[in-house]
Amino acid sequence: MSHDAERFWEQAQSWDELIERCRLLLLDPVFPTVRAWKQRTGGKTVGCFPVYTPQELIAAAGALPVSLFGARGQVEIDHADSRIQSFVCSIARSTLELGLTRHLDWMDALVVPSICDVARNLSGVWQHNFPDRLVFYLHLPQNVESAAAGVYYRGELERLRQGLIELAGRPIPDEAVREAIRLYNGNRALLSRLCELRATRPEQWPASHVYALAAAGNVLPRDEHTQLLERALALGEAVSRPKRDWVRVVLRGAFCEQPPLELLEALEEAGCAVVDDDLQIGARFFLTPVAEDGDPLAALADAYRFQTALTPVNNPGRRSRADDLLRRCRETAAQGVLFASPKFCEPALYDAVLLKRAAERAGLPILEFEYEEKMTVFETVRLQAETFVESLLFFSEVT
Amino acid sequence: MASPYQFQGTGRDLQKDLLANWYRRLENAPQEGTPVAYLFISGNIGELLRSFGFELVFPEVNALQCGIKKVAGDFILKAEDLGYSSDVCGYVKNDIGLATSGNRGPFGTLPKPDLLVCNYSGCNTYIKWFEALAEIYGARLFLLDVPYRRTGEEERREDIEYVVAQLEQLAEVAAEITGRPYDPHRLSQALAHARAAEDLWVRILEAARHRPSPIDAFFEAVFFMAPIYVLRGTAECVEYYQAAWKEIEERLTHKLGPVSEERFRVVLEGPPPWPHFRTFWELFKRWGVVCVASTYSKVGGIWDFGLRHDPARPLESLAEYAVNCYTNWDWTLRRRMLERYAEDYGADALVIHSVKSCRSFSVGQADVRDYFTRERGLPTLFLESDLADPRYFAEAQIRNRIDAFFEALEHRRAAVTPPLA
Repeated sequence: MSHDAERFWEQAQSWDELIERCRLLLLDPVFPTVRAWKQRTGGKTVGCFPVYTPQELIAAAGALPVSLFGARGQVEIDHADSRIQSFVCSIARSTLELGLTRHLDWMDALVVPSICDVARNLSGVWQHNFPDRLVFYLHLPQNVESAAAGVYYRGELERLRQGLIELAGRPIPDEAVREAIRLYNGNRALLSRLCELRATRPEQWPASHVYALAAAGNVLPRDEHTQLLERALALGEAVSRPKRDWVRVVLRGAFCEQPPLELLEALEEAGCAVVDDDLQIGARFFLTPVAEDGDPLAALADAYRFQTALTPVNNPGRRSRADDLLRRCRETAAQGVLFASPKFCEPALYDAVLLKRAAERAGLPILEFEYEEKMTVFETVRLQAETFVESLLFFSEVT
Repeated sequence: MASPYQFQGTGRDLQKDLLANWYRRLENAPQEGTPVAYLFISGNIGELLRSFGFELVFPEVNALQCGIKKVAGDFILKAEDLGYSSDVCGYVKNDIGLATSGNRGPFGTLPKPDLLVCNYSGCNTYIKWFEALAEIYGARLFLLDVPYRRTGEEERREDIEYVVAQLEQLAEVAAEITGRPYDPHRLSQALAHARAAEDLWVRILEAARHRPSPIDAFFEAVFFMAPIYVLRGTAECVEYYQAAWKEIEERLTHKLGPVSEERFRVVLEGPPPWPHFRTFWELFKRWGVVCVASTYSKVGGIWDFGLRHDPARPLESLAEYAVNCYTNWDWTLRRRMLERYAEDYGADALVIHSVKSCRSFSVGQADVRDYFTRERGLPTLFLESDLADPRYFAEAQIRNRIDAFFEALEHRRAAVTPPLA
């Protein structure tokens, strides 16, 4: 793929064309944009396992951070089967499969944040199977309110910086990190804008489309992704879409492993307008801009402790995941909550029990289902969603 | 006929008595007004909490008690009725089932917690478990964040300082709840007891280097290790290990072992299938298999490589201990430990018991099998079931695999042993 072809957002003449290109890119297990970037720049590429990898530091090293989301059902799990047991989530197994089948041979290093037992152990599995590549395990503090956690996590980020200096063979001055923070703040602001538009007018900005736009960023340099989002915002307004009878829902559980695109489309076809979700949350986990002045590592550490989107795998500190969910439902005028848990994802499955209870207490109807990467039949979920939508559309207003 | 031995059975019987007394104290705690803290085995800082007068509840121990007493299945189903998935940890579900059934198990009735201390060493599920309990009991949750021990790095000062700072905060919380000030002298006394028990426990474990081994370092160690996990830091715990050592010493003198004839010495990686513990053990015993070293006996602390609680450095040594529990070690460190065990204990094989409930233990075990069979030439048997959920134990399949494995080992041995002249 030539450099020009990479910048496909510039050529896209319509919203649909842009979305289609993003979809193709996010499903491509060959990572064409990453390979092209590496060839063009000779730079280092760093795979980032979900959720909370501070990509700013990687970008500041002049390296390309690439968010890994497994194989998205595009590769048969064959070799990884003998390495990771069948009771483990798809993303761990298919990420390893991609590695074992040389789909990730462009990857110079892997960063694995301590989000769960599987991810943590995957860092060791990776080390065993790819001994010549750097694996960086990042310990995310689980006691965020403690001042000691701030000191500790800043130290972790400093270690990551040192590792990246060694990898990239160049210094990473504070100003470069601040520059990257500015770049990422800008990108997140555009993602937030898209999410707001989607919440306000879901028919105009369908969640599955917003999702494709966000996910394309996983394999693009951040400045290019920012251009892509700017183009999307310009094209999106020009489309004329009819209003329809939707039920506004909030979706939770997809913070790490991603559901198949067809699943999101099936939900929309069934009449669910997803007005808030935790899909691709790794691209926008800082809820407010990270401080662009002062000590940049301290800024990233503080932002992680206090300004991070809550998922089942971070420590909420004084905040409450249940309150957070209910607040988002109020803010987006959601009529129900979808709990979509990846099969075998323990953190999502544990939290779903507590959050369902909270939603039910607040009088919010819920729908719960599991998904996995290799899922190909969506009829059951579609039927469940249709029933859910109908029950809300036709029965909830009878008083 | 009376036994010709003076101390046989001591370790087992005394352990039962100690645990029964402890559970009795727990049952009486509400009446006596004793504050109660819940915490986990791995990296537990029980000595610190006991120094404030807390009685301690270990939900994992309750779960394994339910497993071995064959009541876990019902509690697990209860939790699944409450919405917990069939794919999450059986220990957690057992405990949720128990907590929502009046907290009454085969050990008696458990008191509610005044404080939940999630001493998170090597298990993220711990966090989700205590978040659920915090909601069920409305109790205060303290999350003690213990960094993972990574390869290629000596024990990092930052990790220890981070844990120490949190222990100081925990001491403030404990003082607030109990109304008692932090007493470093009292804590140091407890750590002196801990250290004495650790010395004896290591001596017992290392006795397995003898041939025949006087102890099964997995199937028996799980009983022998109970006091050092739940009562460490007390005088009665030290007395227990003094008595248990006498039993081992007597076995050494008389060449007694867990099986009548030791034919295979194995290292075992992974937890036991508690609901089928006896059956599982018998499947090995019939081949004359003795586990001479195991990783499960290190989940609550690795002392056989020199680490000890230290009365002169109370909080630092608690932190060092917490960082160094088995599942808090990364895979290279875990693999090196297995290597060392296989060599030091003269193992004929490695047995890996992979359990669905505990991804922390299990994810990566296949690489261990790969490494030992391919690079070390050590025959490795890989078995799968669960530690808590009785539904995952396929006895016929497991029996077949064990039989086939030891039959092959026996053939191999016969092939390389020259016939008698």
